[in-house]
Amino acid sequence: MNGEKFRTLVVVPAFNEEESVAGVVEELRAYEPRWDVLVIDDGSSDRTAEMARRAGAKVVSLVRNLGIGGAVQTGFLYALKKGYGCAVQCDGDGQHPPEGVALLVETLKQGGVDVVVGSRFLNGGRSGFLSTPSRRLGISLLALFLGKLCGQVVTDPTSGLRAYNTESLLFLSRNYPRDYPEPEALLLIHRHGLTFREVAVTMRERRGGTSSLGGWTPLVYMSKVLLSLAVETLRPLRSRRWM
Amino acid sequence: MTRVQIIALLGSLFFLGFIVESIRKRRLREEYSLLWLLFGAIFLLFSLWRGGLETLAGWVGILYAPAALFLILIMVLFVLLFHFSIVLSRLREDVTALVQEVGLLKAEGEKDLKEPAPRARDGNPGEG
Repeated sequence: MNGEKFRTLVVVPAFNEEESVAGVVEELRAYEPRWDVLVIDDGSSDRTAEMARRAGAKVVSLVRNLGIGGAVQTGFLYALKKGYGCAVQCDGDGQHPPEGVALLVETLKQGGVDVVVGSRFLNGGRSGFLSTPSRRLGISLLALFLGKLCGQVVTDPTSGLRAYNTESLLFLSRNYPRDYPEPEALLLIHRHGLTFREVAVTMRERRGGTSSLGGWTPLVYMSKVLLSLAVETLRPLRSRRWM
Repeated sequence: MTRVQIIALLGSLFFLGFIVESIRKRRLREEYSLLWLLFGAIFLLFSLWRGGLETLAGWVGILYAPAALFLILIMVLFVLLFHFSIVLSRLREDVTALVQEVGLLKAEGEKDLKEPAPRARDGNPGEG
């Protein structure tokens, strides 16, 4: 594979992450200067955009808060518009190490798969930051259900560290769930003939800001996601053709 | 015609007229007006057809005819509310796409401001 085909864009969705976003951007750029880093400022009321720009990221500021799904999707649109062969979604709170991003890009480069997901729990993944016990229980139940629906083992359905190739970007830039999108996106990918694979990534504890699941108890989150997964299986398939 | 019938007739005619006028002046889009026209027609029907409510209540087995009226009204409101939810969902999709597009365009525009367009430089041949 030549390098040009896999020009990589790292998409960092950020909502009020002024404390951590600059660190994340600097760390990514220092690790691999060839990556372009795009911060999607999801209608933040603090200085997220300014801090990201100062740290050397490209910044798209949304005029209204769209939620994680809408923000990430904006990154997909940008990647397609600018002709990136690979887009990596990476949280702005410092949870995802650049080594993980690199591993995802490498795996995607090897081909044969459209989306690569960084998993905390693969290979018995007992190292690094693994979230709270109640969340872990919810995540494993979700993983089981999603795994059944997709006919493959899923260990970390809520992971927000993902790499996409052009084929999957074309599809997801037009069909991406808005709230709590991660598990549903995997089902969407699977149902529309695209493939995903998990690789083990050691994650860290978040540095600043609050989780996007803040306020929701894992139980409520779980029921909402399970419902959205169930509904997705009932939906008609969408066209994968670029229109 | 009884007095209540005349009032009901005038009321539903006024209602229908208001809807038609709103469509005519483009205050209401045709696609959203169909339901309103339908409900206006139903009101008109029941104000003209005297025994209508009793007949209808008889068909569905409602003993107290005015209860049928409330049933009809509640159903009408439900259908309308659901219709609004659908329209709102569509609007939200549209707004999402717009916010994304504006964000992308704004990012482009800010870049252009920082790096002056090539034409501006070409337009100054005396330089260098």
